[in-house]
Order: sequence, then structure tokens, then C-alpha cells
Amino acid sequence: MNARENILARIRARQAKSALTDAGEREAVRAHIAAHPQNPRPAATWDPVVRFREEALKLASTVDEVEALDAAPAAISRYLDAQRLSREAVCWEAFATLDWRAAGIVIAVRAAHESDLVGVTGTFCAIAETGTLMMLSGPQTPSAVSLLPETHIAIIDASRIVRGMEEAWELVRSERRVLPRAVNFISGPSRTADIEQTVTLGAHGPYRVHIVIVKNGL
Amino acid sequence: MQVASMHFKSRAREKLVNRNLQNALNKLQGNFVRGRAQRVAEMDNFEAIRDAASAIRDRVLDRLDVYLEEFERNATARGAEVHWAETHEDVNRIVCELARRHGVRKAVKSKSMVTEECALNDALEAAGIEVLETDLGEYILQLAKEPPSHIVAPVVHKTRDEVSDLFEEKHGTPRKTDIAELTREARERLRGHFISADMGISGANFAIAETGSTLIVTNEGNGRMVTTLPRVHVAITGIEKILPTLEDVATLMRLLPSHGTGQSISNYISVTTGVKGEREHDGPEHFHVILFDGGRTSLVGTELQPMLRCIRCGACMNHCPVYQSVGGHAYGWVYPGPMGSVLTPAYVGLEKALDLPNAATMCNQCGVVCPVKIPLPDLMRKLREQQFARKLKPWTERAAFGAWCWTAQRPAIYAAAAAIGARLLALMGGRDRLIHSIPLAGGWTASRDMPAPQGVTFRELYRRQR
Ligand code: SF4
Repeated sequence: MNARENILARIRARQAKSALTDAGEREAVRAHIAAHPQNPRPAATWDPVVRFREEALKLASTVDEVEALDAAPAAISRYLDAQRLSREAVCWEAFATLDWRAAGIVIAVRAAHESDLVGVTGTFCAIAETGTLMMLSGPQTPSAVSLLPETHIAIIDASRIVRGMEEAWELVRSERRVLPRAVNFISGPSRTADIEQTVTLGAHGPYRVHIVIVKNGL
Repeated sequence: MQVASMHFKSRAREKLVNRNLQNALNKLQGNFVRGRAQRVAEMDNFEAIRDAASAIRDRVLDRLDVYLEEFERNATARGAEVHWAETHEDVNRIVCELARRHGVRKAVKSKSMVTEECALNDALEAAGIEVLETDLGEYILQLAKEPPSHIVAPVVHKTRDEVSDLFEEKHGTPRKTDIAELTREARERLRGHFISADMGISGANFAIAETGSTLIVTNEGNGRMVTTLPRVHVAITGIEKILPTLEDVATLMRLLPSHGTGQSISNYISVTTGVKGEREHDGPEHFHVILFDGGRTSLVGTELQPMLRCIRCGACMNHCPVYQSVGGHAYGWVYPGPMGSVLTPAYVGLEKALDLPNAATMCNQCGVVCPVKIPLPDLMRKLREQQFARKLKPWTERAAFGAWCWTAQRPAIYAAAAAIGARLLALMGGRDRLIHSIPLAGGWTASRDMPAPQGVTFRELYRRQR
């Protein structure tokens, strides 16, 4: 017998079950997974956009708001200026057609390299309860753009700020058949408190997360 | 990892007089304990969420074999390769074989307590593979060649000065004392390794049966690096870490960060499923999941099974008066505090960790704060009973319990003995009514006095006043 059979057999023997899984048990488990019932969760007495902003700020993200997507490059330019950051950035394909040049930003549409300083991404959706961005990996949405650069700028659609992680999963289920290779939930800049429990931003991921909410959708 | 739990008492004594450690433990208590309390207060139906979490974990454990098979089926369908390991030797062998198969020269790791159980780094190094811990705390420990002392804050026992010295010596750079600068130095050191490593090794906070995914929670972002950049990703997890559905993930994520560090959410939650798609720019080409037993099945179906609900948040140790006094190293293995006092004897053998189930005041702080409602003091009591039944305690102790047991079953003799005892202790109290030392119980009076009793027993008083 190999390790797999040994482990499964030990579990069944210890629980005083027959040596082989019976079909009924397997059906019950599959039915439960297929039904994926909701569990209790905290009440949401807030407006999702307001809550998202508050929570994101608590996590040390910064938040800006624009009416329409066209206004995003200028808003990002103001942010980069105020922070004295590089005006060279990499971005996802979705934003390739924006007028970055008019905003004075040199943009490269590609996956991120080690030396990139600013990465501009969208999100799949955002979670109001915790001020979290939900990113799905894919050919047009390379993960490294939100990871390698020191500054991550995320452009998000106000109408895709959902209440909690439950709604975020439901959105993936309804819009995608399966989970993509990587789902990353990002909540603020990377941090560590390993040395003397002193919170320090920018451990291995970005030092800064700046969120631009587009009110009228992307 | 080598077991040193038999040295609990002597190690604890050393730790009690270590000023740096005591300062660090005080701070830990402040930050993590206060943070958890705040997060719990923010949830209007916290107890309902906690009940649900505990029920989710029980649901899995009661059908663990079926859930494991479901996980395996869904993970395999997405291109992951699932391996099963009964012992830590199996884990180390599988990882070394994978490294050979994929031509791996360098591996980067994110924090994983399971690989500490296995001492995987030693095995990889022996096989000629360079391995780097990338969690800042674990990286410091790897440089210092020390084991972690807390499951969430592994380097809590070290001061900034010690880290400064260590980096100066090992990196050969000018000494830095600012924590942000030290962090940047580690970041810059490790960046290149993330890019050049062939294999990323992670644990898994959970494995999701519905999707065949593994999930890791990190704050630093090293977990994302390890699962995104190298061409091979190996996730190693205990067989008990399955969650049925994505809804269950949402529930557990309300409890794990809040009980671990007092955060409302950790910075990164990474759910990885299968391998890189054809036109994708990043992600591993090979994804391996190792399901590790390592003693876990020995708890299934026993009175200790509730321990397998554990989500490794660390709240029990943060709230434990014993952990707060002696720190994690005294416990002598991977898992310290109340959860370690149950897991260590269960995984490495009761006879190697005799003191651990007794290293508790039975105050039940741990049971009160555990997000999945593990009755830790009850489980420690059960281990004490097993110690007694298996005759693992010294004969003097067993004889004393035997004598007490014999007397307690004979009310007249018990009453007489109690009456003598009460009078004797009252006499010993002297004028200040304090006992400064008791024969055979010197430990109790070494650092405090015992208030002397009145000289009569409760039953005598009751009879007199009726
Ligand atoms: S026993 Fe409970 S409190 Fe302790 S680490 Fe496990 S889940 Fe957390």
C-alpha cells in the first residue's frame, strides 16, 4: 500500500467506517460543496463605497476619486507628483488606450520587471467590508504588476465594490467558469512587524497602494 | 525539527530571567491581545461566526478522507500534482525528488510551520539545493540558525540590536539600527533570489476542496513572490487543513487575521489553483501539493480530534500566562503555548513531552479566545490522564495520587486527615499567619507565602454552627 491509501485507510479505521468510501458519503460531500451554503457574517449597515474608502485608508492605502476613466491619468499624475515618484509606469492592457502622454506619464504595457517603479492595474472587484482589492491572474492581467513595483496604483470601478468576500466569490462563479491560476486579495501596502513588533511598510511587496475609484464605471 | 520538550523546566527557568525576552513578551501581549479584542468587538455576531467556523472545521474532520479525495480530484483536474506523505522523511524525500526532476538549484520559501516540523531546509541543503527563507522573521532565524519561538511572530524573542549585529556580520554591510532600514536591507537581499529561484515552497493556511486550491495568508508579500515567480511551486500542508467551499474561506478569513495579529484582514491572501495558462506571463509551470500526515491521523476519531480544528492563529499562546512568561523556545518543538502543549505530545510522543500538558494554570484563557472553540484545557487534562494511565509519571507522583484517591473514597479517614492538616498548617503559620516554607512543596513557597488556614475544616465549622 502507498502513503495515500495508508492515510485514507487510517482515517476510516479510526472513525470506525468501512474500509472503502461509500457512494453516499461522497454524494453528501459533493452536494454540500455544490450548494456552498452561506455562513453567518457581520451585519452591513454601511454604504459599500463609503465603507471601502474608510477601510482602505485604515490599511494605509490612499484613495482618490474621478468621475470617468478618462480623468484617471491626470489624477495619477497628480499623485505621482505629490509623492515625488517616477513618471514611468507599467500597466495592464485594459488601460493602454488612455491618454497617458497628455498627463506626462511614460507608460509601458507589459508584465512587470524587477526594475519597474510604478505599476498600474485594474481589479476584478473590490471588497467594502475590509477595503480589499481582488485580483485575478490572466494573460491581460499579469500578477507581477501589482507586486514587483514599489508603488501599486489600482483603478477600480465604483459599481464593482461589493459587500464582502462572499459576493466577490459569487462574482467569480458567475463571470468565470473556474478560478484563475491566482486570486490575490490585496489589502494595503506590504508590511511586516517582525522586528520588535514595529509596523514597517514595504516588506517585499509595494511600499504604497494608491486606489483611484472611477465613479461612472470603466 | 529535533524535539527538546523534555527540557521544558530547565529552559523555562532560563527564559524567566531573560530581560529582553520578557520585554518582548509584554509587548506581544499588548499588541496582539488588544488587537484581537478590538476586532471581535467590531463583529456584531462574533459568537455566531465562531460557532460556524468551528462547525466548518468539524464537518471536514468528520469526513476527512472524502474531503481529501475531493480536494485531490479538483486540484489534479487543474494540473496540480498531489503527493501524500506519511512522515516528515516522506515530505523531505518528495521535495528533494521534485527538485531533482525539475533541475532546481535554488528554492525560496515563505513561512511554513509544517516544513519546520519536517526540518525540510536541512534536507534540501544536504541534497545540495540552496534554500532561502523569505519571511523577514524566518530569514533572520535562518541567518541566526535558530528555531521560531511563535507561530505568527517567529522572531519575537530577538531585539533590534541583535538583528543589527546579525545583518552586519552576515551581510557584511555597515551596521543599521533603524527597523525600516533593516527591513529594506532584507528586501534588497532577497529580491534577486525571488527572481533567480527555480522553486517556491510554501505552506498552506487552507486547501479548498471545492476548487482544488491552496491558500496562503501573508503580510509581507513574500508569499505572493514565492507562488508567482519561480517556475515550480510546491505547497506543503497538513491533511487537516481542508475547507469545503469558498464561502467557508470568507468565514475563516474573518477569524484568522483578527485572532493572529489583530488585523481586520492580512495584506495578502493568495489563492492558487493549477498552473500557468498558455498565454500567461507569470505563475509556475508546475504546481505540486504535498498532503502531510505526520501524526495527524493518530488524533482522528479520538478524544483529541478537536485539536485538528486548529487554524494556527496563535491567539491561545498570546493569551496564555505560561507562554507570556517563558516564551516559545521553552516548549522545545515547533508549536508552543497551549496548542503546542497538545500537539507536541500528540505528534512526537507523550513520553518526550511530559511537562507540556502540565505547563498550564487551567485558567482557560486559551479556550475562551480560540476562534474554532478548541477546549484546550480539557485536552491537556486528557493528556495528563493518559500520562497517568500509561505510567509515564514518576512513581512518587503516582503513589501520591494513589494515596489521595484511596483517602478521598473513605470520608471518615479523609475528614480526620483534613482536620490534622488544617491544625498543622495553622500552627505553622505562626504569629503573622503566613507559611514561609512547606516541606515537600518548597517550590510553591519559594517566591510567595502561603496564608495559613484557620485551624478547623469546613465540615467541623458546619457541624458546630448548624
Ligand atoms: S488552538 Fe485555537 S487559538 Fe490556538 S492557534 Fe489553534 S486555532 Fe488559534
